[in-house]
Amino acid sequence: MGKGRAFDEIWGHGGPDAPRPDFAELSRWMAETPHAELNRRQQAAEATFRQLGITFAVYGESEASERIIPFDIVPRIFLHDEWQRLSEGLVQRVEAINAFLQDIYGERRILKEGVLPPELVLLNPQFRPEVAGIRPPHDVWAHICGIDLVRTGPDEFFVLEDNARTPSGVSYMLENREAMIRLCPELFRSFRVAAVDSYSDMLRETMRSVAPERSGTTPVCVVLTPGHFNSAYYEHSFLADTMGVELVEAADLLVDDDIVYMQTIAGRVRVDVIYRRIDDDFLDPLVFRPDSMLGVPGIMSAYRAGNVALINAPGNGIADDKAIYSYMPEIVKFYSGAEAKLPNVETWRCREPQALKYVLDHLDEVVVKLVDGSGGYGMLVGPTASKAEIEAFRAALIAEPHRYIAQPTLALSTVPTLTESGLAPRHVDFRPFVLTGSDGVRVVPGGLTRVALKEGSLVVNSSQGGGTKDSFVLLPKGQSQQQTQVQS
Amino acid sequence: MLSRTAASLYWLGRYVERADFTARLIEATVRLDALSASPAGEAAWASALAVTYNDKAFAATGHAISPQPVAHFLTLDMGNPGSIVRCLEQARNNARAVRTALTREAWTAINRLWLLFAKRVSPGGTATTLSLVEGVMAEARGFEGAIHRMMANEAAMLIQLGAAIERSDNTARLLDVKYHLLLPEGERVGGLVDRDQWTTILQTVSAVTAYRWLYSDGLRPSNVIDLLITRAELPRSLAGCVEEVVEQLNALAKRTGLQGEADRMARARIARMQKTRSHEVIVSGLHEYLQAFIRENAMLDAAIARQFRFI
Repeated sequence: MGKGRAFDEIWGHGGPDAPRPDFAELSRWMAETPHAELNRRQQAAEATFRQLGITFAVYGESEASERIIPFDIVPRIFLHDEWQRLSEGLVQRVEAINAFLQDIYGERRILKEGVLPPELVLLNPQFRPEVAGIRPPHDVWAHICGIDLVRTGPDEFFVLEDNARTPSGVSYMLENREAMIRLCPELFRSFRVAAVDSYSDMLRETMRSVAPERSGTTPVCVVLTPGHFNSAYYEHSFLADTMGVELVEAADLLVDDDIVYMQTIAGRVRVDVIYRRIDDDFLDPLVFRPDSMLGVPGIMSAYRAGNVALINAPGNGIADDKAIYSYMPEIVKFYSGAEAKLPNVETWRCREPQALKYVLDHLDEVVVKLVDGSGGYGMLVGPTASKAEIEAFRAALIAEPHRYIAQPTLALSTVPTLTESGLAPRHVDFRPFVLTGSDGVRVVPGGLTRVALKEGSLVVNSSQGGGTKDSFVLLPKGQSQQQTQVQS
Repeated sequence: MLSRTAASLYWLGRYVERADFTARLIEATVRLDALSASPAGEAAWASALAVTYNDKAFAATGHAISPQPVAHFLTLDMGNPGSIVRCLEQARNNARAVRTALTREAWTAINRLWLLFAKRVSPGGTATTLSLVEGVMAEARGFEGAIHRMMANEAAMLIQLGAAIERSDNTARLLDVKYHLLLPEGERVGGLVDRDQWTTILQTVSAVTAYRWLYSDGLRPSNVIDLLITRAELPRSLAGCVEEVVEQLNALAKRTGLQGEADRMARARIARMQKTRSHEVIVSGLHEYLQAFIRENAMLDAAIARQFRFI
């Protein structure tokens, strides 16, 4: 890693003077707009985010230290055909995730046929025996998926992680676009960019489509938040607001005779669909953690009775578990009958002795992750780790190998990013959002690009100092904005 | 509308109004302190503490009553639940909890108001204190403006209802404390009083000009009392606030169909208010009158909470 130059999404393998052919115009814009002007616009965007309160709370710090996620003004751009291929892969993957969840909590064909080791699923802490036998309305489990991707070359995309529980970041996708339209309108004249602001309508349609049969044509939909101290609260309120539905907390809900109601100033109102942004553990103290104050007692029983749709379905964690991830190519093949269009990053399962041996021999080259870790915690990035860190991980791996996976350090693609010393390449990843309703799977033309702001760093997590960029998906040549909106 | 949302909106209105009132009070106190020929400084700051029911809590801090410590206590003290910064924090927490019920402008106004204080540790000297409280008042006006440009729905009505309840409480307390402060033992209301202090009352509620329009015979305490109790055209008078409470409750009833004890209490209060004559109030005891008003206001507040099922 770090020897050869990584693929840059705009500059290719060339550089500012020899960008990829489709991006000559963007390169010219970057060269011609003075650094101070780019800086000014970037600061204006960040000032707006602060004023709007588009912040995330850092746990353990006081409320005054709410942070905004740094915003970078240079967009990352997908050509139309790149996006087309990516979308097909995403749809295939999310369909497989849904089929897997349905199967695992139902017939378990995939275990019976020996594709997955049963203990890996059934003894997995993310597997919820409480959910077994439940069929969610319309058999949809993973209504909203955020699939984290990385890229290493023009046609080399890899899935880094599947998020099938409560993927966040969609509000940044939408606010970043707002900021770009205000601050860099000239870019939208140079590039015809697919609109992302239909996301809220699509989400609302998705919610409506999975309402229990009895709720009729205007089901009551709500967004359930743990409350305004949660780090993603801005997003919860944003989504409720733009969909025009109530944002509720657990205390607003009650379950009576297996029916969920919200308490309004006019009395109880029956609820049909809940987009819950509370983890399974905290959803229902009668079924999951009894000490949870966040949950709604009885909500699982209403769900089991088919009286309410929960988005995403409880139990989904088994599909985005890092140990299951390594089997995703087999899972896709098992349910779709075809090879996965989007490959995984090569993954060594340390529970397997041969893989463990390889990882131990190459600790200074690989990334080691806890299977149940997140947010950039509990991982070793071999090439940049100190001797002591490597030895600490070696001991941990030998003690509990089943808790770890390892992956090669990829030459993640870069995108030009505004730094103190001008525009420079910085590593990025990408999270597109995939919606599944009773009528099919849709990919929103855009997503969240996260960028590692430190030179050479591969860690893009916002809790580790990463920033975000707008992500343009270009329309096919000759198609106008209006046409796509009508078609979507 | 969710019951919790209704409660948060109502309290959002109350806390912004409370922060605004405290800011006005500080501004008036600074003026009073500066203008007084006699060394009225300490009395002015003592009265500011008394109006906000903070005299005991301030004494517990061990500081002497002088401009800087009192100004700090009333603006930035996180240990004082009534300080401006704490009111704004509560207002913002309520606003965050109900973001979906607010327009972007209304939320941004609250957030800007809160940001004025977010990183500040000292109110600074007198000039800085003044510019700080002026900032609070200006941003609070911005918030009110934003509320008036929201849809005229129950969200906007509940915020304004909370603000009107809070405002009537503040005016009553302001008048009551001045009654204590201004009257030496055995002195009749309307006797010898400190002219500056009565002017300060008018300044606190932005009514100096209104007073000149309505009364031609110079500054008299009985006129100030008349203005602040019975003249409904002054938005901060008790009569003005009482009318606004009824208007907001009526508007809410029209939209939600919810009517009850709170409406009956508020209408009974307005009927009594229309018959109130200020000279009779003065004769039979201003203090008793105001104490009864404050108690009744608290009962009305509780009735509103029941009527809209606040949780």
